[in-house]
Amino acid sequence: MDTEYDVAVIGAGPGGYVAAIRAAQLGLKACVIEKDRPGGVCLNVGCIPSKSLIHAAGLVGDAEGLRALGAVVDLSGLDYSRAFAASRKAAERLSKGVQFLLKKNGVDYRTGAARFASAREVSIEGSEPIRAKAFIIATGSRPRELPAFPFDEKAVLTSTGALMLKAVPKRAVILGAGAIGMELGYVWNMFGSDVTIVEAMDRILPIEDADAAAVVRKAFEARGVRFVTGALATGMERSGDGLRVLLQTAGNREPLSPLEADALLVAVGRVPNSSGLGLEELGVRVERGFIEVGDFYETSAAGVYAIGDVVATPLLAHVASKEGEISAERIASLVKGSKPPVERRVDLSTVPSAVYCDPELASFGLSAEKAAATGVAHAVYSFPYRGVGKAVAVEKPEGFAKIVHDPATGEILGAVVVGDRATDVIHELLLARKAELTVDDVADMMHAHPTIAEAVMEAAKGSLGRAVHA
Amino acid sequence: MAESIVMIALSPTMQDGVIAEWIAEEGQAVKPGDALCEVETDKATMPYESPVSGTVLKIVKAAGQTAAVGEIIAVLGKPGEDWAAVIAGATPVAERPAAGPSAGVTSTEASFPALGPIEPTVAAPAAPPLSAPPAAPRASTASAPSSPAGASPSSPAGIPPSSPLARRLARDGSVDLRTLRGSGPHGRVVARDIMAAAGKDTVNADAPKSAAPGGASIGMASRGLRDERVPLSRMRSIIAKRLGDSYSEAPHFFVRAAIDMERLLELRAAVNEGRDKPIGLNAFVMKLTAAALERHPLVNASWEGDAIRYRPAADIGLAVSLDAGLITPVVRACERKGVEDIDAELADMVARARSGALKPEEYADASFTVSNLGQYGVEEFTAIINPPGSAILTLGAVSKEAVVRGDAIVARRTMRVTLSSDHRVIDGAVAAAFVAELKALLEEPALALV
Repeated sequence: MDTEYDVAVIGAGPGGYVAAIRAAQLGLKACVIEKDRPGGVCLNVGCIPSKSLIHAAGLVGDAEGLRALGAVVDLSGLDYSRAFAASRKAAERLSKGVQFLLKKNGVDYRTGAARFASAREVSIEGSEPIRAKAFIIATGSRPRELPAFPFDEKAVLTSTGALMLKAVPKRAVILGAGAIGMELGYVWNMFGSDVTIVEAMDRILPIEDADAAAVVRKAFEARGVRFVTGALATGMERSGDGLRVLLQTAGNREPLSPLEADALLVAVGRVPNSSGLGLEELGVRVERGFIEVGDFYETSAAGVYAIGDVVATPLLAHVASKEGEISAERIASLVKGSKPPVERRVDLSTVPSAVYCDPELASFGLSAEKAAATGVAHAVYSFPYRGVGKAVAVEKPEGFAKIVHDPATGEILGAVVVGDRATDVIHELLLARKAELTVDDVADMMHAHPTIAEAVMEAAKGSLGRAVHA
Repeated sequence: MAESIVMIALSPTMQDGVIAEWIAEEGQAVKPGDALCEVETDKATMPYESPVSGTVLKIVKAAGQTAAVGEIIAVLGKPGEDWAAVIAGATPVAERPAAGPSAGVTSTEASFPALGPIEPTVAAPAAPPLSAPPAAPRASTASAPSSPAGASPSSPAGIPPSSPLARRLARDGSVDLRTLRGSGPHGRVVARDIMAAAGKDTVNADAPKSAAPGGASIGMASRGLRDERVPLSRMRSIIAKRLGDSYSEAPHFFVRAAIDMERLLELRAAVNEGRDKPIGLNAFVMKLTAAALERHPLVNASWEGDAIRYRPAADIGLAVSLDAGLITPVVRACERKGVEDIDAELADMVARARSGALKPEEYADASFTVSNLGQYGVEEFTAIINPPGSAILTLGAVSKEAVVRGDAIVARRTMRVTLSSDHRVIDGAVAAAFVAELKALLEEPALALV
């Protein structure tokens, strides 16, 4: 294989492999260096296998619907290990797909840990060093460990360990009611676990709209999931085969009754993988583990770029991919003179976030709470799923679509949808924001009846004071 | 008979105007003085009032389009009359007994027709898009301000495609969509282009009012700097032309003085005692400048090429910076007004200038101009003369300086001023005598009573 490239990408996750393919599409000679498996956390131990498991959990939930129709549904023999096997199959298939795509686009693939020798050269463990005109660091992140709960992947699990379980824990405690904790809590609960989710903030999904999070909480509680909010886990004791997790209130640190568990999932955030790359010697500035970047994600070392979870933008696969495209297009414009990317940075107000459980929750941009707190001129309108024919017909009437807009211009500042298909229907509003359509455009566009997307149309109409089914 | 309504020069320097919005609709009857549309000129947005009565038969220039002075923007007449014939047989503009001046636009612009070069417009691009069915005139492109989203993104003749939000922002801003090159997909004008043209900061589109979820965004070496070409706004191009012409045509020379402000500041404090709203220093300086101009009328003059016009009143402009550029509201006849009136007029005009509602006659034709950058802490600076005046006075910051009084060094609050003069009109000795007079008046305001 060659050792001279236009661009070398370190990390083959959704940031790195997309950056490498985009670079190759623009005529750059590109390679990608990965120390683990192509596809990164997302494909192997993240988004993809978890979606497979969530799908399986949904099937289990459908049993209730069949029973309501009079069917005798016998769930005995329900075997989580088969759901696990299916999730691995999906992950492996897509990981192979990434290898195929890299090859198809002429991107060289190297296995090994990379370390910068200079801003133009990296050494690769177990193979020849390579030189490149530009580098893109896309090394991602790993689960954050809490000192009181060292990971052993047996009793104290990371999300990776949790996704690799072949059986669900009988009693599970999950620290962190963010997307990861909620999604795995949903899966385990549907497969029969006794699940308790502990959150330090006073509500679940703390970065999401409070009303939307409340809809999710209510649905979880109806299925038997317990939440302890405003609580800190301070330590653990072994108790028999399991654990006893000690809790205190987050405010005045008063002890709460401990929780018994067979497994503890710690899902309290992720930390960037920025060490061991030789960045200090390059003069790349790193702040609290995150690599600092400027326009086009270039670091303080010229020609060295950083994207994805290793920089301090939202730790989401789609953000990494977009940042990968921007940096690759920038490098191509410098090396090949091709058109530079239109955007210098991802516009954070158009980053969607999605929580895939039942009900789903998806959002972007300014929340009503943040708008109120910052004093931005805005108006909020929320349309309930109860007023949407389709939602009622499919027996999913819980949820709403909420739009935050600027009444002076009609600009859509943010939106949240919670309920059936929320993660799909959010994109209409996101496209509207991105393309600078106003709420009028969404309100006036005919929507097929009956669809869940009508909730979006009605929310837009409501923003203009003319919702029909409210 | 149906008659055409042409664009008139709504401001002295106006060569063309953008129809910001149609107020009258096709088919609507209007009387003289009714607002037909809002026209965005080089400095302000103004109503265009109908000079005649009749029914609006045809809107020729849709909202967002630009019309040169003299170009037909609409046809008025009796319902059913043939508007197309009027457009087809449009008489050259120069021959028309000007359709204006409209009622809302007073004397000033009547005296300025010469400044708005009137181009005999050849065939205003006949009727707008032929694709619009004649039976539904309201369907013509972008003619419905109430539903901006309805405007086609691939509009005709010279209007670049634009996003609905961009069009809304442009509707009330001072930005001509046609002058913009869109940075969106396929050259679409998007909100950031409008913001950039309006001089608003859009360094990072990351933060449109929002601190986005979970995301600290980080900037480094290049924070604030950008690699970008921003087309000129109308205000910016007019500033460029006027000041460029002034600086290249008028031979500037500069006379400076350091002024002891103790007395004037004491006087101002005394006047303001017990007042809810204190009178600003600018008003005092303008009043005393007017007194100095009365004593040195040679400075209150305009260059007219083959003559010098001495002006009968001290019409003093004050340079005011806006987001999009600068403007100089003029307080007429300062020599006859008290500081309270001057201050009130200034406050009113500055507020309206910031909202784009200053009328052209309120910022045109100063005989003398004052520019104050003292609030930025600058010691002194020079300015470019604002025609048709022949001199401009700059004020630096008032700060304590060590000065010699008798044989002692004392700290005195001092302001440095610089007078830029047009040497074609004002000789060095004249400028020096004026500055000396002004210094005396500012240092001992009581002299103004003498």
